[in-house]
Amino acid sequence: MTATDIHRSIDAVWRMESPRLIAGLARIVRDVGTAEELAQDALVAALEQWPSTGVPRNPGAWLMTTAKHRAIDQLRRRALHRRKEDELTREIEDQLAQTVGDADAMLDDPIGDDLLSLMFTACHPLLSTEARVALTLRLLGGLTTPEIARAFLVPEPTVAQRIVRAKRSLSEAKVPFEVPRGDELSVRLASVLEVIYLIFNEGYAASAGDDWMRPTLCEEAMRLGRVLAGLAPREPEVHGLVALMEIQASRIPARTDAHGDPILLAEQNRARWDQLLIRRGLAALELAEKLGGGEGSYVLQASLAACHARALRVEDTDWACIAMLYDTLARRQPSPVIALNRAVAHAQAFGPQIGLQLVDALRDEPLLRHYHLLPSVRGDLLRRLGRHSEARQEFERAAALTRNTRERALLLQRAQAMSDTAS
Amino acid sequence: MRFIAMVRATRVSEAGDMPSEKLLTEMGRFNEELIKAGVLLAAEGLHPSAHGARVRYDGEERSVINGPFAETKELIAGFWLLQCVSLEEAVEWLKRAPNPFEGMPCEVEIRRVFEAEEFDDMLAPKLRAQEERMRATIPQRT
Repeated sequence: MTATDIHRSIDAVWRMESPRLIAGLARIVRDVGTAEELAQDALVAALEQWPSTGVPRNPGAWLMTTAKHRAIDQLRRRALHRRKEDELTREIEDQLAQTVGDADAMLDDPIGDDLLSLMFTACHPLLSTEARVALTLRLLGGLTTPEIARAFLVPEPTVAQRIVRAKRSLSEAKVPFEVPRGDELSVRLASVLEVIYLIFNEGYAASAGDDWMRPTLCEEAMRLGRVLAGLAPREPEVHGLVALMEIQASRIPARTDAHGDPILLAEQNRARWDQLLIRRGLAALELAEKLGGGEGSYVLQASLAACHARALRVEDTDWACIAMLYDTLARRQPSPVIALNRAVAHAQAFGPQIGLQLVDALRDEPLLRHYHLLPSVRGDLLRRLGRHSEARQEFERAAALTRNTRERALLLQRAQAMSDTAS
Repeated sequence: MRFIAMVRATRVSEAGDMPSEKLLTEMGRFNEELIKAGVLLAAEGLHPSAHGARVRYDGEERSVINGPFAETKELIAGFWLLQCVSLEEAVEWLKRAPNPFEGMPCEVEIRRVFEAEEFDDMLAPKLRAQEERMRATIPQRT
């Protein structure tokens, strides 16, 4: 093995082991920042030693043993300065003594409480969204600061500072390293799910291929979702999010054309949808439904995605089912955009007249006043009803509202087509 | 990125002998680790080649050869499909797998799976045009 090979192996081992390592250390030192520093020290030691000794048989245990020794050293040094920490040092040494020589046991986290605590801590609502995302990728994804910076197209120092500040805030607020219980659990879990889905969308929303970090974000989010599903197997929303991500990711091969421009769902070549991911997504959704999560936000979104995934051809789409799901979604999370989507679904399922009634009810909605999709949808429904001159006006209005030049051209084309057919 | 880890067959797998309970337990534990880490996409074991067949292509000719096949070490006895960030990660995972066959050496071959994007880059313009035609036949949303 060359030195480069060894470094690449160490890189891989770090990604695999660091979350468990940091989680195990955080349980002992009760501070995520300190735990990460200790783990980093162990990584440095590995980088120094492994090139000559080779990667040990159990690299996780090696890193843990090394980090543990550094922890004791550090605490002893601190205790010299501040006697009051003596007790804490002794307590930690006692804990360490019980597992001396058995780093495996320290890494042992049979029900995954340490890792779960780490997820909840990194996604603590006390932190800004950006900080939560950066900290999660760093502590749970094993990504480096430059990698995170590249993925989010922000300067490296910005990310570094976000992470430092986040760790300091957690430390200053004395956020306990634990899995929240009772009522707090659902609020905190929502924050974890939000962070994972943000990471996924950051990778998913970008147009294809220009940066290798983007697919990495999708994959990392899916991996984190699956890990969380293993740690919190009774939470339907976790399975809902996993299902949603798997089904959305199944369309990645079909959703851009050769120039990298997006292709609408209805126009995608469904033969290119990844059937393995669809199957995995449907299985996760079934699990979420079995757990009684039918009305959770992620479960509902996953159910919608599943309706499309089940249709091999666009004309096989079960619009009645989609319309019903939008009814529930609109009831659970009232929002004008969801209401507009609901109108489209109803039009598809029950005809343009029904859809138009629902759209017209939204015309005075202030949040939709500058939203080009409202006139665009309305124009489409009017066209289907044969009201061509009204349709043309709506397409023109939509064209004036959109900032996307390709979309504007398309809308003007549709407007023109209406004048050609209008009598 | 995805990797497929293919277990090379041995005379034991070709004989159709089932793994011992001990090995099954160890393998189950390893697979559980893969699931817990969120990297396992699929894993399957294969029946011996005696229950398989090969289709041979030569121009327009198609001939079928029924198993078993002789060159045991070239055959596949099972596979894992993993989502990893690098070949090194896939290798690190496989180093942790129990020996797939007790009491005999064997090999697992790890290969990277093509992603759709890579395929796009290589897709000849003619094929791309064909695909766009196919896409065009799918009705537009009305």
